[in-house]
This record gives sequence, C-alpha cells and structure tokens, in this order.
Amino acid sequence: MAEASYPSDLKYYEEHDWARIDGDVATFGITWYAQDQLGEVVYFDLPEVGKTVRKGDPYAEVESVKAVSDVIAPLSGEIIEVNEALSSGPEAINDDPYESGWMVRVRMSDPSEVDSLMDAAAYEESLS
Amino acid sequence: MLAAIGAESIDALFSDVPEGVRLGRAIDLPPGKPEQEVYEYLRDLAAMNVSTEDEVSFVGAGMYDHYVPALIDSILARSEFLTPYTPYQPEVSQGTLQLMFEYQTAISELTGLPVSNATLYEAASAVASAGWLAHQHNRRGRFVVSRGLHPHSREALATTGAGWNTEIDEIPLADGVTDASALEQALSDDVSAVFLQYPNFLGAVEDLEALVAPAKEAGAIVVVQCDAIALGILRTPGDFDVDIAVGEGQPLGNRLDYGGPSFGFFAAKQDYIRRMPGRIAGETTDVDGRRGFVLTLQTREQHIRREKATHNITTAQTLNALAGVIYLSWLGRQGLVELGELLLQRTAYARDALAAVEGVEPLHSQPVVREFAVALDADVDAVIERCAADGVNPGYPLARDYPDLENGLLVAITEQRTKADIDRLATTLQAAVREAVPA
Amino acid sequence: MTAHLTETAQQRDRARTIFEKSRPGRRAFVAPELDVPQQEGLLPDRFRRTEPARLPEIAEPEIVRHYNRISKRNFDVDTGFYPLGSCTMKHNPKLHERVAALPGNARLHPLQHPRRAQGALRLMWELQRALAEVAGLPHVSLQPSAGSHGELAGVLLTRAYHEDRGERRTKVLTPDTAHGTNPATVTMGGYELVKLGTSDRGDVDVDDLRAKVGEDVACLMLTNPNTLGLFDPNIEEIARIVHDAGATLYYDGANLNAVMGRTRPGDMGFDIVHYNLHKTFTQPHGGGGPGAGPIAVSERIEPFLPRPQVVRRESGNGAGPAFDLDFDRPKSIGRLRSFQGNYGVFVRSYAYILSLGSDGLQEASETAVLNANYLMARIAETAGEHVPPAFERTCMHEFVLSGGPMKRALGIRTLDLAKRLLDYGFHPPTVYFPLLVDEALLIEPTETETRETLDAFAEVIGEIVTEAAEDPDAARNAPYTTPVRRLDEAGAAKRPVVRQPL
Repeated sequence: MAEASYPSDLKYYEEHDWARIDGDVATFGITWYAQDQLGEVVYFDLPEVGKTVRKGDPYAEVESVKAVSDVIAPLSGEIIEVNEALSSGPEAINDDPYESGWMVRVRMSDPSEVDSLMDAAAYEESLS
Repeated sequence: MLAAIGAESIDALFSDVPEGVRLGRAIDLPPGKPEQEVYEYLRDLAAMNVSTEDEVSFVGAGMYDHYVPALIDSILARSEFLTPYTPYQPEVSQGTLQLMFEYQTAISELTGLPVSNATLYEAASAVASAGWLAHQHNRRGRFVVSRGLHPHSREALATTGAGWNTEIDEIPLADGVTDASALEQALSDDVSAVFLQYPNFLGAVEDLEALVAPAKEAGAIVVVQCDAIALGILRTPGDFDVDIAVGEGQPLGNRLDYGGPSFGFFAAKQDYIRRMPGRIAGETTDVDGRRGFVLTLQTREQHIRREKATHNITTAQTLNALAGVIYLSWLGRQGLVELGELLLQRTAYARDALAAVEGVEPLHSQPVVREFAVALDADVDAVIERCAADGVNPGYPLARDYPDLENGLLVAITEQRTKADIDRLATTLQAAVREAVPA
Repeated sequence: MTAHLTETAQQRDRARTIFEKSRPGRRAFVAPELDVPQQEGLLPDRFRRTEPARLPEIAEPEIVRHYNRISKRNFDVDTGFYPLGSCTMKHNPKLHERVAALPGNARLHPLQHPRRAQGALRLMWELQRALAEVAGLPHVSLQPSAGSHGELAGVLLTRAYHEDRGERRTKVLTPDTAHGTNPATVTMGGYELVKLGTSDRGDVDVDDLRAKVGEDVACLMLTNPNTLGLFDPNIEEIARIVHDAGATLYYDGANLNAVMGRTRPGDMGFDIVHYNLHKTFTQPHGGGGPGAGPIAVSERIEPFLPRPQVVRRESGNGAGPAFDLDFDRPKSIGRLRSFQGNYGVFVRSYAYILSLGSDGLQEASETAVLNANYLMARIAETAGEHVPPAFERTCMHEFVLSGGPMKRALGIRTLDLAKRLLDYGFHPPTVYFPLLVDEALLIEPTETETRETLDAFAEVIGEIVTEAAEDPDAARNAPYTTPVRRLDEAGAAKRPVVRQPL
C-alpha cells in the first residue's frame, strides 16, 4: 500500500497493531506505519489456533528483508482463527495491511481492554 | 598527515587513554625480525613434529590423513578466495557466494537432507549447535546422547549448554553400538534431542533404522554426526528420517593442521531452515535479470536479530568449505563411491590382519567402513612408543575417553595406507605387544 | 551520468555452477588399485546407499577453470582498499602461507603424542605468552574458533566463576553500540540481556551503568575503543563499578588493533579478553573464515579455562622443558570444540608477531589510528557537509560518519553511496552499523594503506556526493560495472533456494 492510511473504524495499539472489534471477537494486524518500517515482508510465522495471547506480549514473528520483528498483541484472549493465506502470500501484509493482510482472530478474554486502545486520529498523532 | 588532522603528535591522538592505563613502556616481546629469520625459526619448530609425512599413521578419531590433491592448494592460494571478507556486498562477492551455494548443494547431496548452511567451525561445536537449535525449537529439558558419539562432541555439548538448564543422559554401548533398549528406556516427552554418530566413534555402522524411530515417536529431534567420506557408500541420514546431520569436514580436502582449521557441516530438514545457525547462500537475480547469489535469511543472524538470533556465529570456515567442494568435485560422483569401497576393503583386511596378531583382539565385530577398535593384551602407551621407534603410529588409545576400554586402540584406514603399510602395522604391532609389559 | 549502456564481459558471462558443468563419465580422481583380496558382504544392504551422491563428473582442467573464473567475481584486499569497520582488513603477509604449509604443520595429526608434536605445542605456548603480553592478562586459551566462540567461552567462564562461589546471577550488560554477537552470545550463555545507553559523547552512560549493575549482574561486555571507534576515558571507573558489584568485565577484542603498545585491556581492568586472530593478527579472512578467537583471563578466572591447556613442564632431568596438553583441570568448563583449536591460524598469527615484534605491533596500532584520523579529516574536507562524523572528536582506528544529511539534502542513502563506490574499485565501508547512528558508515582503513590510497578514497566520496547533487539516480541505480548489479534479496528470502536442484 503506497499511501499511509489509518481506517477510522479500527482501534490502534502503541506497538503499531490494529484491532477490528466484532462482538467479543477481535481481528489483529499491523498498521501501515509498521509495514513501511519493516520493508518487504518475506515470511510470517503463523501462531497456533488455541494459543492464548496477552495484551502487550508478542504472539508471532514477521520477517522482512531487513529484520525479524515480534508482533505484539493489542488485546488478550484466545486465537480462534489464523490467516493461512499469509503462508504463501506474506506480501499481503504490505499491500493490504487492514484487509487481506489480517493476521489472527481472537476471542477476547477482557473486552474492557478495548477502552485503552487509541482511535485512528490519536494513533496517527502519536506517529509524528 | 598530522597537520591535516590538526594534531600535534601521534601521542595526541591517544589523549583519550587515561594516564592510569597507559602502558608507558614497550610491549615485552622481542623486536621484529626479517622474514628470513622468521621463516627459519618456524621451519625449525615444524621440524620437531612427527607428521604423517614422517611416519605411517593409523590415527583417525575424527580427522583422517586423506590425500589432498594439489589443485586445492593452488585454488585456495588465489587472493580472490583467500583475502576477501564475508560477502556483505554481494555485487563484488559472487565468487564466494557461488562457492557457498555449490558447497551447500554438495553437503545436501551427501547427507540426503535438503538444507545445508555454509559451515560451522568443526564437528563438536556443530553438535552443540544442533543441541541449541533443538532446545530453542522444542524447549524440552533433556538430551539423550550415545557414548558412540565422539567424546569431544559430547563434551562440547555439555560445555556449550551449561546455561540452558538441560540435562544429558548418556546411553552405553553394547557390542560396539548404541544399546537400543537402553536408548528406548531413556526416551520420554521431555527429551529435546537424541544424538548418535554414524559410523560411531569405534568405527561401527549404527543401525539408524532401529534407533531413529523410537526417538521420533517421543517427539525428539534426532541429530547424527556423520563421516563425510563414509557417506559416499552409506545410506544417508536423510533416508533414515534424521532431522539434523552434522560432521567434521576435514576429510574433505582439508589438511590435518594439528586439528584445525577445518569445517563443520550442518544439514537439516526443510522445517528447520529458519532456525539454521550460520550463513546460508541463496540464489536470486539482479535488476537486469542476471543469475546471482546472496546471503539469505540474514535477519535471523546475530548482526540483525541480536539477542534473538539463531546463533552467535559470524566468522565460520568459508575457505575450508571451498577446499571441501573442490575435493568432492575432484572425487566426483563415481570417485567418492570408489574411495568408499576401497576403504571398506582395506579396513576389513586390516581388522583381519590385526585380529591374527597375538595379543590383539577386535573390540567388536560390527560392520565398519574406515576405522575399527581393538583391545591389546599389553600396555597401550608402551606399545605406541615401541611402534613409534619403528616409524609406525598404530592408532589412538581409547583409555582417556573410554576408561572401561583401557586397553583399546582405535585404528583408522585411508586410501594412503596401502596393503604394505597395513602388513607393516601388523608386524610392528606384533613385535611391540610381545615386548611390552603385559596389561 | 547515464545509466550503463553495455554489459561488461563478466556481466555477460552468466553464472553456471560446477554441477551444471558435469558430464557423465568425466572424472579427475584416479583411485589407487585394490591391493587387498576383495571380500563380499562387508556392508549389509540395508546400510548401503542406493544412489550415489550426485556430485559433479568433471575433470581437473574444468574444475580449475571454473574456480578461477568465479574467483574473479570477487573483490579482495590483495586487490584494493577494503575499509570495513570492525573487520581490520589489513595486508596478509605471504610468508604466512609458506610456514603454514610446512608438512610438520600441515600434516600433523591433532592426536599425535605430545612427545612427537613439540614444535606445535611450543609454538602454541609461545603464542599464548605473546598474546598474554599484548592484552595484559596472564592466562591464555587458544581453543575458541572465532571471536563469537571466544565470547561464548567468556560468558561460560563467568558462569563457572560465579557458580564456584555459590552465586547465581542472571543478567549480562552490553552497551547498545555492541556488535550483534554480544547479545546473541548472552542468550546462548543462558543469560538475560540488559542494554546500556550511550552518552552524547559516544561513551558508556556511566549513570545508566550504576543504575543497572547489581548482584544479579554476571558480566559487562565491552569493547574499547567501542564500535563508534571511540576510546572510553571512563574505563577505570567502569571497571571499578563492575568489580564492586562482583561481576566480571569482558573485553571484545575486535578493536584491539587500535591500542597495541599503548594500553592493554588487562590494565584497563578487564577479566576476560578475546582476540580475533583474523583481524588484529592478520589471518586471511577467506571470504568468511577461518579465524580464531583465543581468550586471555585474569588469575581468578584461570581455573575454569577450557581443557586441554597447553603447558610447559620442566623435565627435571636436565633435558630441558617439554610442552604438553594438560587435561587435569578439575574446575575447567570443559571443551568448546574438538582437538586444540585452529592451529593453522596460530602458525600464521605467530609468524606475524615474530615479524613485527614489540616495535612493529605498536607501530601498527599507531599507524592505524593515524590513518583513521587522517581519513576522517580528508573526508570532512571533500564531503563533510553531507557525510559528517557522528562524533566530533578524535577517533581511534575507525570512525563513524552519518549519511543522514546526505539523505535529506540529496535524496541518496548510505546504501546508494556504498553501491556507487563499487564502480570506483573500492570496497564500501561497513554500513548501517552501529545502529545508534542514522545512515551509519563505519570506516576502518588499517595501517596497511598509503596516504595516496586514503586521499583517493576521500576524493571519490566527494565525487559521488557531487554527482548525486546533480543526478541522484546515478547512485540509486549503482553499481553498473560489477559482475552482477543490485540483487533481489527479498525474493531470495521469500522463496529461499539454497541448493541446486538436480
């Protein structure tokens, strides 16, 4: 994705992750800023379904030409689905970070954590 | 130059060095010498050593006196291979990167495993590195290690792993090979990796089929240290579903050099490609579509991944890998097989010849390829001294590493040890055993 | 500058591997005749390989041509300037190959009885003594195979030292400027990494050190001068703080070339030092090894040194001293590798030490420092506005420039400058390290280089920057004249092809 974008219907976390909330299920991914910093993504290590994630802790690794980085969970819960398509097409993380570049779906263990996330404006502000 | 810098003197350039730590005197070493004198001094030191040029040697135990063809000397002497650094600027390092790619291919072929790195230091640290990979991968707490694994490899695993909170269980040998039932009993879901050697330290070809399956069932990673030359005729580790094959690269075109430098090879299943220690060369294309090679998966290495790197290794053994791939090309597809068959025949002949010597008995009767163990009915050290006086080095004494085999001797055969040499070994050993103090 | 118009001969010559030059039936090796009676059934079928390894079938002339040709696709220090920071690309004297090749060295089996390897053991012992004198620490082990291996040894020695005292410590400190091997080693040693900050002057932030040191800290790993090429004047106080906390102080010897004859890590207060024989002591780099990483330690660390140690024993019967391998070391950490270490490297490094001697080693360091400061001053003249030094102070044997201003003003990055340098027949400096400096260029000329070479390099930097002001694309698309041009590294990482399919 060439142009920076931060969709207003998402919530954002300081470690450059986004969350899409749908009832008690949250979808995670990394923001435009994060994929831009990483450079071209070459590999995404899919975590296992059923794994517990904790807000602020790493739950997966994303590898670009430049670096391997931890992906940090913005909310706590249990992974109920992973984006298998990223195995063969990790570049979706660069090209379409908010849609086809989604990483995991999590059943939240503490939905109140959502309140501490930033909205798009606040996140974009934090980048400058 | 000082004027351009704006400094008064050389001393001024060292002004950040506090008074308290300034050496204030010359280094306490002799002054520099002309090249000729350095040469003479080192030549005289080298002359004090009894090399395989000076005696008929049957010592192996991990490094072997194979013939190193002359083309290796001349290619390795080329400045372009000898003096560059690691290929961090691939556009001007295609020679190095291509040799690494060719080496990786050759090792993959030898071991039957799809992924090889571009060398580790040597065999024992390669075994330790395999232990590190296993531990990082499955986080389990125990290593199960056959006593057939080279004593140096076993020790390096223990030393290197001192901070991993892992325990090592050793499995005894029975009739010269790993005790299969003892191994099975040692397996549990807490075993991170199982370590074997093939052929083992006593020269015996281990039955990997029987040993690997239970280990895999227990979910352990199977690591096998292999003999690169013997792999020319032996069924490959890959064929036995082994996870990681490592080994000593010295027999492949590298000099003995009193133990180094050589290289350690490390090959693994595809699953482990992103956990491989060390450098890996990969094929790619340039902006104009030309085929080229680069260091790949570097993001996992220490200079980028730092405390989360797969390993701390940087400098490895690239020049020695070059010797290895030239050697394997020089032997070629048929040559490596012929060499293996020759060693098989001569080793059998040697074992039979020594078995016929009074006071010498094979320690086991397992199939062997290029090395075997005997027990002497005499003090081994005294026998070795007596043989040395006759210009023969009969083998490596086992007592230090296998106290229960205190009269043991490990005898190695290479293509440089002819039938006449072997006959001479038998005669010399006969005389030495007769004269030596009974054990 | 226009984009390249025609291919060079080397660019036209497409890469083919030795496997692709294989033809059935060709060979180089002639097997010795089978001179023993042939026996059947020696190796049961279930142990036999069914298909031979698919090695090339090729004769000697083609093998030689193949490797000669690909060698010419390498740049090397025997050919040109190679100012890689922290690598110490100094000249490799050719005598060293001659002495390493002597049969008494090259064909000596590591398990030869010490009685019959006195030349080798004595060489190792004398080398140990020389290295001890250079570092100012009395006890040396030659065993580790490279700098990283020496670092691992140092961390394991630290662990053994504390455990012997009944202490359990969990952390190791390294500055944020540390070479990546330091943190990687910390993890392999089973410790937790704690990073130390760097001050504005480029030195260790001593306040940060005071805050982070404690009873759970096992060790501080440092190099001095550091990876910014700067000598830390607070080293005595740093050593005091670390020792007062009961931790060990470890010296990464990568930058030893700056200080020989001027100061010694032992005198600075370090407990454990590793040397890179392939840097300071000119073992040829070989495209990525071999090297060696011996260590020197203080008295209190000595009992834990790896096994075996090379020792000198007085024979007592008037026959003169004998050199031996001592395995009787009850507190030793054990061994890190097989046999005694990279002996072939020891021969070369010892030849170097004998050749240079006391005066020569000191001169090497002084000239290395002089050359670095001179080059830094010259580049400041030719391109200082665009690639200024990261720190305005005297450097040691290397210095860091920042390509940040160049990137902002001219739109080309350090990477582009490096690639453009290739067209001028220079190897680029180290780039993007240390991480602390934006668009870093770490330059280490070494004592080998003449003033003319340094001047030429500074001029070329200036030329490239000037060119970029008019035509930034020239550098962005460089190099043009190398055997291959910029390579697709992302593709190589996404779909790794790490062997030839056959």
